[in-house]
Amino acid sequence: MVFQSNGICKPSENEYLNCIRCGLCLAVCPTYREYLNETASPRARVALARKGLEGELELSPNLIEQMYGCFACMACNDICPVGIHPANLALEMRYVQEQLHPAAWKKTFFQGLIPKPVRMELATLPLRFYEMFGVRRMVYALGIRRLMPAQLRDMEAMLPHLPQRPLRHVLSEVTPPLRMREGRAGARVGFFLGCAQSLMFADESAATVRVLARNGCTVITPKQATCCGMPATGYGRQDLVQDQARHNIALFERARVEAIVADCATCGSTLKEYGHLLAGDPEWAGRAAAFSKKVQDVSEFLMEIPLEKPRAHMNIRVTYHDPCHLRRGQGVWKQPRALLKMIDGLEFVELPESDWCCGSAGSQLITHYETSLKVMARKMDNVEATGAQFIASGCPGCQMQLNVGVRRRGLAVQVVHPVMLLDQAYNDKRGK
Amino acid sequence: MIVDKTVVEQLKEIMGQGAVLHSPEDLAVYSYDSTFAEHRPDVVVLPSTTEQVSRVVALAAQERVPVVTRGMASGLTAASVPFSGGIALLMTRMNRLLEIDEQNATARVEAGIVTADLQAEVEKRGLFYPPDPSSIRHSTIGGNIACNAGGPRCLKYGVTGDYVLGLTVVLADGRVLRTGGKLIKDVVGYDLTALFTGSEGTLGVITEALLRLTAKPRFARTALVEFSSLADASRTVNAILSAGIVPATLELMDETAVACIEEAMHLGLPLDVEAILLVETDGTDEGAVLREIEAAAQLCRESGARQIRVAKDETERSNLWKARRSVSPSLARKAPNKLGEDITVPRSAIPEAVRRLKAISAKYGLPIVIFGHAGDGNLHPNILFDKRDPVQWAKIEPMVSDIFDTSLQLGGTLSGEHGVGTLKRPYMERALGPVSIEMQKRIKQVLDPFNILNPGKVFPD
Repeated sequence: MVFQSNGICKPSENEYLNCIRCGLCLAVCPTYREYLNETASPRARVALARKGLEGELELSPNLIEQMYGCFACMACNDICPVGIHPANLALEMRYVQEQLHPAAWKKTFFQGLIPKPVRMELATLPLRFYEMFGVRRMVYALGIRRLMPAQLRDMEAMLPHLPQRPLRHVLSEVTPPLRMREGRAGARVGFFLGCAQSLMFADESAATVRVLARNGCTVITPKQATCCGMPATGYGRQDLVQDQARHNIALFERARVEAIVADCATCGSTLKEYGHLLAGDPEWAGRAAAFSKKVQDVSEFLMEIPLEKPRAHMNIRVTYHDPCHLRRGQGVWKQPRALLKMIDGLEFVELPESDWCCGSAGSQLITHYETSLKVMARKMDNVEATGAQFIASGCPGCQMQLNVGVRRRGLAVQVVHPVMLLDQAYNDKRGK
Repeated sequence: MIVDKTVVEQLKEIMGQGAVLHSPEDLAVYSYDSTFAEHRPDVVVLPSTTEQVSRVVALAAQERVPVVTRGMASGLTAASVPFSGGIALLMTRMNRLLEIDEQNATARVEAGIVTADLQAEVEKRGLFYPPDPSSIRHSTIGGNIACNAGGPRCLKYGVTGDYVLGLTVVLADGRVLRTGGKLIKDVVGYDLTALFTGSEGTLGVITEALLRLTAKPRFARTALVEFSSLADASRTVNAILSAGIVPATLELMDETAVACIEEAMHLGLPLDVEAILLVETDGTDEGAVLREIEAAAQLCRESGARQIRVAKDETERSNLWKARRSVSPSLARKAPNKLGEDITVPRSAIPEAVRRLKAISAKYGLPIVIFGHAGDGNLHPNILFDKRDPVQWAKIEPMVSDIFDTSLQLGGTLSGEHGVGTLKRPYMERALGPVSIEMQKRIKQVLDPFNILNPGKVFPD
């Protein structure tokens, strides 16, 4: 993004002028492959951005909608032989729109709600009541779920088994190591507890902390961590992310940790970008770069330390879905597989097209329901072909989407975070 | 706007809602292919059946509205750019694989199927559809047939047209013509299948194709051969072919091409070479495949090759091919604009063609990158330039003209696999002569009397 004389922050010219329209991106774009319509392709989004910014086309609602139609899976970024980033351009165009015609609700939502943990916890209280007081069990048992409209039923299916209390209130600020270790394993490690992890996938992050502590880490979980910023970026409010970044950077500086571990692919990829995001701010550039350098996905961190091999024999068949924010966002794909393969008796089956977007893209199931379902169907065909009992994926967005897919098809497949399986293997008493 | 509201309404009646697009954004993205040319259609239709295509073309004929057929628009000649406006007929949703006949080794497909998808399906059954344009993953069979696409493997296996046994074509008045059959030999009447192959959408709309398949070669070996001299590399091509070895592919890349791939893909290619040859042998007998690649390697050594690396495994091999396929687009890293031609010369003339291309580059002071399917004489000289610089832009036309003259003087032609589109129209007469042009125009006149099918393409006015 570059600042223009009129104070509007626009995408760099090179990102659209350099497109040679070769069409390579059409082959890998999940939305294009569903609709087979140029308008839903990365090449079209680049052309529309160019025409919109150069004034050949108006920045009409329909043009901006094409930018929201992108699932930001970044497959186009990866394949582009010229080195442009159509997926990033689509996000930047959303920001252009918000600067010209800001939507009031976005400020309320992405500044006033999402980055405030207390308010988020209040806002999601009804969900916890739904699970806690047995309403959810009743909805399933009495068949009420089947009476819901399809889209509502799918949204219900997104929810994992919800925690009684947000994990933020359960975890202690400092979790001591279970046993002492030398070197990196004995490090003071910061844990970035993401919003979705704390509010919905609490079991997983609790497992992450247990696994880290078991392997010798002192785990610091700063309770005042705020949203990483990805939701605001997705909705065109890149401007709000900088403050969130500064807050998180300062927080983890005070924690004096050697590494910062995230178990949410999206948080991890966003945190790794802070250095880039604040590069133009002389006061923060160095601090942000130092912060981002420390960030690692939990699987990435674990595979770098002498990890204890679990003694249990699990006897399960597991496949793995690559979250876009992990595989392409962070270049991490070998480590989660290696982590799963450490478990005895775990039969690992490679998922065909494992790095193809699952259709979640954060909230596309809500905002682009039809397209999201189409993209998901391709994923579920592949999942079915593996015959796996578990599909592992370290991203709450992907997991919610996969939950919907599994329930829609009535498959006996459990969606888990890879770390959950490792944690289970550590604690399985049936072992050898 | 030559398509008025009532025609749009009629199109919606034929196609149903959702398969007729005309928002400014839709029209803008159907205005281009893989060249720098642009012109918007008036309306885009996305048919799902031959019958819909037939009704759309019949309506267009009645209203005298141009119909420009489009696949995935990976073409390099602006053949699918609707310069006269009218209807852009998008074939991508007609992408069904209708039948694989294992006994007769044929496949019947709709025109919009992606070539790589078809290949994957037939290969699951031990069959093989060889034509492999670099755009296999982002181009359709219909487009491949309409441009008679080539690719590296054509050296051994032949071009797209060699695999087309029959076609379903919607004619300019909306009637449906079916040609050919599951026959290896068929001499009854003129070969209309061949006529529509390579016709670039000017004679009819191809909606289905019957394709010939072969047995999938079970073994392949790929060697990357480095040369310190481009001249040595181009002489080696003939040395290999004259020795009676028929590699599946024999690809040449010059130093700039290699540098561009390396920058885009980080494969560890050598950056201090003047040329690379990519040689692949394949077949059903592993021993024979190995012997052939070794014999080719020996000839390379004798012709001055600096180093020869044979791909160890399938990953290494597929990386080499991914690299080769990305040459053309990755050139964009070197300059804001590029113009890629695909002249073909008799293979004995390759060293001379390469020498003259370099001379043209030196004469005008603009780089010409050379790569291509050297084994079948099909070279891709790409001029790198910056269109915003008027001095550079002014050199492009005379340079292209010189490149074509070179090819024609050496007994070659304008295009081996990209086609003519609009970009090569000015040179058609030079290449074919007035008699051929007149005959071809008369064929066009018979099949498309109102000139509604992809008007303004292929022939000079």
